[in-house]
Amino acid sequence: MADIDIIKDENIVYKKSKVLTDNVMHYCPGCSHGVVHKLIAEVIEEMGIQDKTIGVSPVGCSVFAYNYLDIDWQEAAHGRAPALATATKRLMPDKYVFTYQGDGDLASIGAAEIIHACNRGENITVIFINNGIYGMTGGQMAPTTLVGMKTATTPYGRDVELNGYPLKMTELVAQLPGTCYVTRQSVHTPATVRKCKKAIRKAFENQDKKIGTSFVEVTSTCNSGWKIPPVEANNWMVDHMFKFYKQGDLKDSEKDNPDDYKKFIE
Amino acid sequence: MAKVKGTIVVDKEKCKGCGLCVVACPQDVIELAKEVNGKGYNFAYMAKPDLCIGCANCAQVCPDSIITVYQTKI
Repeated sequence: MADIDIIKDENIVYKKSKVLTDNVMHYCPGCSHGVVHKLIAEVIEEMGIQDKTIGVSPVGCSVFAYNYLDIDWQEAAHGRAPALATATKRLMPDKYVFTYQGDGDLASIGAAEIIHACNRGENITVIFINNGIYGMTGGQMAPTTLVGMKTATTPYGRDVELNGYPLKMTELVAQLPGTCYVTRQSVHTPATVRKCKKAIRKAFENQDKKIGTSFVEVTSTCNSGWKIPPVEANNWMVDHMFKFYKQGDLKDSEKDNPDDYKKFIE
Repeated sequence: MAKVKGTIVVDKEKCKGCGLCVVACPQDVIELAKEVNGKGYNFAYMAKPDLCIGCANCAQVCPDSIITVYQTKI
């Protein structure tokens, strides 16, 4: 094939980030975790902060995130990643600290921690992966499961009278004065991947400015938990999840309150 | 004729055959192979290598970061 001429180092336009390790990810085929890991790795590489970044991994599928990103990590008790990140950031203010949490970790058992960390306005970045299900334990109902969505524990669909309403953590957190940047992104197409990367980069850069917590929700799929193939799971997410979890920035202090924002930076 | 020519290299043994790159490709270059790799997955490969423009869309959506993209002007 003529391709052999093209395969040279000077022609590379895209390759795996150096911050990612060579370990094969344990995630199911098509899992959004892999894409978000990659985006975090690329942002860390582009900002040149590999030796200054400390991640806090949660309990859930992404508990093994420390095997895939070549940075310093801490492992928090279930849901307590924001508390641990608070301590880390206060002890080492020059480091970039982020938590990486799923919806079972952040919205369920860790709801108190995340709300108080955001309310205190800790200078940390929170990456929140919302797939509307408990993926690791076999697809049980999560607080973020949509109304009518079938899971292992709600085989006839989530019933509002029995199980209550889905929890919009990102909207909750956006009301708090401690947060400076709250956004909801997704990673199902190349365009949204690029937008999500910009959002993650901004969330990391906000730590330099010391203006509060940055919160990035990534609406994701769990094709194993939802029991649909990866490509169809993405389409299902667009058709159903996006109606309830509206995409885009919910709060951006830089644009919303330019005067307050300047005061913070000065 | 395209002014740029691209190609991708897929790490066959690490591919899990999720097919996200197949739908992300604007040129419909990528397909899942009929054969399987060591893990039993139908890995992605370039079915129509001449059409590739090296846009790197496939590599960006790949959850396992196993696609390297090359591009050159012709």
